[in-house]
Amino acid sequence: MSDITRRDALRRLALALTAAGVVDRVAAQEVHQITSLAQAATGGTYTPRGLTPHEYRTLERLTDLIIPVENGAPGAVAAGAAAWIDMLTSVNDQLKMTYGSGVAWLDGTMKARGADNFLAASPADQTALLDQIAYRRNTSAELDPGIQFFTWVRRMTVDAFYTSEIGIRDIDYRGNTALVSYPEPTESIAYALKRSGLG
Amino acid sequence: MAQVTTGTTVHDVVVIGSGAGGGTMTKVLADLGVSVLLLEAGPMLNPADLKEHMWPYEAPNRGAGPHGEAYTGGRTGFSYSATYGGAQLEGEPYTVAPGSDFSWFRSRILGGRTNHYGRVTLRMSDYDFKPRSTDGLGWDWPISYQDLAPYYDKAERFIGVTGTTEGIRSAPDGIFNPPAALRAHDTIVQRACAKLGIRAVAARQAVTTIARNGRPACHYCGQCGRGCKTASNYAASYVQIFPAMQTGRVQVVANAMARELLTDETGKVSAVSYVDKTTGTEKQVRCRTVVLAASACESARLLLNSKSPRHPQGLANSSGKVGRYLMDTVGSSLSAQVPALSGMPRYNSDGYGSHLYVPWWLWDKHKSLNFPRGYHIEVGGGYGMPGIGSFTGSVNRAEGYGLKMKQAIRDDYGTSIGLSGRGEMIPNEQSFCEIDPNVKDSFGIPVLRFHWGWSEHELNQVRHMQQTFREILESMGGRIAPGGARGGGAGQAQTTGTGPQRGAQAPQTGQAGPQTGQTNAPAGQPTSAGPMAQADIPGRPPISRGGAIIHEVGTVRMGDDRQTSVLNRFCQAHDVKNLFVADAAPFVSNADKNPTHTIVALAWRTAEYLAAELKKANV
Repeated sequence: MSDITRRDALRRLALALTAAGVVDRVAAQEVHQITSLAQAATGGTYTPRGLTPHEYRTLERLTDLIIPVENGAPGAVAAGAAAWIDMLTSVNDQLKMTYGSGVAWLDGTMKARGADNFLAASPADQTALLDQIAYRRNTSAELDPGIQFFTWVRRMTVDAFYTSEIGIRDIDYRGNTALVSYPEPTESIAYALKRSGLG
Repeated sequence: MAQVTTGTTVHDVVVIGSGAGGGTMTKVLADLGVSVLLLEAGPMLNPADLKEHMWPYEAPNRGAGPHGEAYTGGRTGFSYSATYGGAQLEGEPYTVAPGSDFSWFRSRILGGRTNHYGRVTLRMSDYDFKPRSTDGLGWDWPISYQDLAPYYDKAERFIGVTGTTEGIRSAPDGIFNPPAALRAHDTIVQRACAKLGIRAVAARQAVTTIARNGRPACHYCGQCGRGCKTASNYAASYVQIFPAMQTGRVQVVANAMARELLTDETGKVSAVSYVDKTTGTEKQVRCRTVVLAASACESARLLLNSKSPRHPQGLANSSGKVGRYLMDTVGSSLSAQVPALSGMPRYNSDGYGSHLYVPWWLWDKHKSLNFPRGYHIEVGGGYGMPGIGSFTGSVNRAEGYGLKMKQAIRDDYGTSIGLSGRGEMIPNEQSFCEIDPNVKDSFGIPVLRFHWGWSEHELNQVRHMQQTFREILESMGGRIAPGGARGGGAGQAQTTGTGPQRGAQAPQTGQAGPQTGQTNAPAGQPTSAGPMAQADIPGRPPISRGGAIIHEVGTVRMGDDRQTSVLNRFCQAHDVKNLFVADAAPFVSNADKNPTHTIVALAWRTAEYLAAELKKANV
C-alpha cells in the first residue's frame, strides 16, 4: 500500500478520534480495508534480488518445511518468508554469505547421500537431514555447519512469518485496535487462576 | 565563533529544554499571561511521524534495519517508539571516567523523553522528602510533601492519571481517573503477591481514561511508547506545548543547542547563547529570567560551561555542588514462562501498558532489612504485537521445525511474565558529572565526564528484589528462564528472547510494541550489547548500569544552605536570582517513584513562583 494512502487513512482515523472523542469504528475499519486491498494487489512472481534462483528455491522449500500449511491455513510460503529473507541478503553481505554457503552445504551433504542436491532429494530424505540439523544435541564436526545454518533459517523464517499479516492472524494477536472501553477478560482470568492454583 | 547574531528583544522568560519540566513551565507561564521563548535542541515533533498503530509489515524491512542490522549487529535505525534519541548521539559524545560505568540517554525532540516514557506517575511519599531524618543517610529536601501536594493535585487534574485510592503511606493517593480492568497476568501476579503478604494495586499511569481538555479518552492500543496520536496519554509536546503555543505567548525555537549563559555586571543572566543547528551559527537571545530544563546533566553542563572571571567554577556554583550527587533508579528484573497461561482463551491484552503495580510494602520494616530504602515493582506480560525476535526464545528452546515447533510458539505466546524492580539509590560522593577538559562536541561545547558507583545499599536492595521476584513467579508455577534475571535497563538489548517482547522486557520499554533497536542473533552468534545494557560483573547481583533506567536526577540540588546546595526551596539559584531550574536536577534524593510526576509538580510550583516574582519585579 502506498504510504500516502496509508497516511491519509490514519489521518482520517486520528481526526475521527479527536473530533468525536470516541472511536469511530467505520474509520478504523477503513484503515484495515485499505491495507488489505493494497496487499492483495501486489501478487505476481518474485525475482530473487540477493540469492541465485537455485538458492532462492532451496530457501523457499526450507521455509515451507519450517512453517508448513496447517489444516489449510497458509504457512511461510504464502507469507512470502523467502522473499523477505532474500531481500535482506541483497543488502547484507554477511547474510548473503550465510545463505549461499548454507545452501551449498545442504547440496553437498545431499550429494554425498546420493541425490543431485537438496531440492532434488525426496521429501523423506530432506526431512531426514533436517531431523539431524534441527537439534543442537546432534552436534558434530560434520553436522555443525548445517546446524548453525538451520538455526539462522529457522529464526528468520519465524520472524518473517509472524511479522506478516498471515502470521499475525495465525498467532491470533487481537490487539492494535481502538476500543471505547477495556473489557475485563473474565474467561481468561478464570482459566489462569484455575490453572495456576491461585484461584 | 565567527558570527554571533544577537536579538534585540528582551524575553521575560527563556526556557531551555521542552520535556516534562520545560513543557510544564511553558504551559503554566503561558496560562498566567507570561511570554516564553522555548529553546529545544532537537526538531519540532510532527505527530504524523508517530508510529502508533503501525503493523510490523508496514515498517521498513519490518524493523530489521536498512541492511538487516537486527541479525548481524549494528543499529537498525528504526524504532516503533517515539524515542528520538539514545545514549549515542552523532556529534555529541560524553566520557566516562576509568572504573566507572554510566550511560547517558539524551532526547533531541520537542517534548523530550515524555514522548516515549513509561507514563508511570507516582507521588513521592512524606518520608521520601526527609530521608536523612528517617535513617541518617543522604539529605532532606528543603520542602515537604505538604508543599508539593497541591501541585501533584494540579498535575493530576490536568494530565489525567489512572489509579485507585488505597491509603498506603509509601504510595500517597492522588486524584485518579478510573483504571482499566486487570488482565489475566495482572490478576495472577496480584494473587501470588497476596499469598506472600504483598499488596498489588492498580497502576498509576499518565493516561486519561475520560475525555479531558479536548483530549479523547484512551483507546487502549497499548502503544503509549510510540507517542499517542490522540494525545490521550501525557507528553509535554502534545499535551502542554502545542496548546500553549495557541495562546500566542509562546515562541518555540527548535534545533537550538544551548551553549552558555551570559551574565551582566550585576551577576544576573542577561542572555542565552545557543548554536542554531540548521546553520551552524551561534545566536544569542536576551532575557529577564532563564529556566534550565535541559535534563539534569545537561543543565549542570550548561552551568559548568558558563564560566567567567566572576564565576570561575561556572555559574551558580559557589557551593561547588553543581554536577554532584548524580543519581539514577536502581533497576533489576526477572522474567519467567508461566505454563498456567498456556492455552488460555485469547483476548486483546493491549490496554495501556501497566495495569498493576506493587508499591513498596516494607517501608516500616527497614530495621529488619539489610538495605535502607525501598523499591516498587512494575509488572509486564500479555500477548504483545509480534515483531522481529519475538519468538526466538521459544524457537531456540523448542528447536525442530514444522507444526510441532509452531505449536511450541503458540503454547509460549503470552505466557511470559516480567517483574521489574525500581528502587531508590542513595546519593554518594562517587557519582557525579564534571566537564571533561579535553573533549568537545561537534559544536565546540565541552562535554561531560561521568563518575559512577553503586554502594552496598543498592546491591542488597537488588538481592532482595531478585529473591522476591523469584518467590512471586514460582508461586504461580513460573519457570525462570536462564538469563531471565537482568539489570532491568530500559532499551537494553534482549539477550534471551523469552517470548514476545512485551512480556519479556521491562514494562517501561515493553509498551513500545515490537522490539526496538538491536535484537539477539541466532543461538551461538555473538551480539554486541546495546549501549544501555548492564556490564555483567561476576558475583554482583543483576543491577542496571548507571543511567540505564533513564532516571538520572540530582546534580543541581536544592537546599536551604547555600554552602551545600545550588538552588533554594523555589528552585532559584542561591547565587543568581533570575536563574531557575525545572527538570530533575534539583532533586535531593531519588525515591523509588519514577521522577516525571515530581518534575511536573515541582516545575508547576516554580512556574507560579517565577510568575509572581516577575510581577513584583523581584527578578
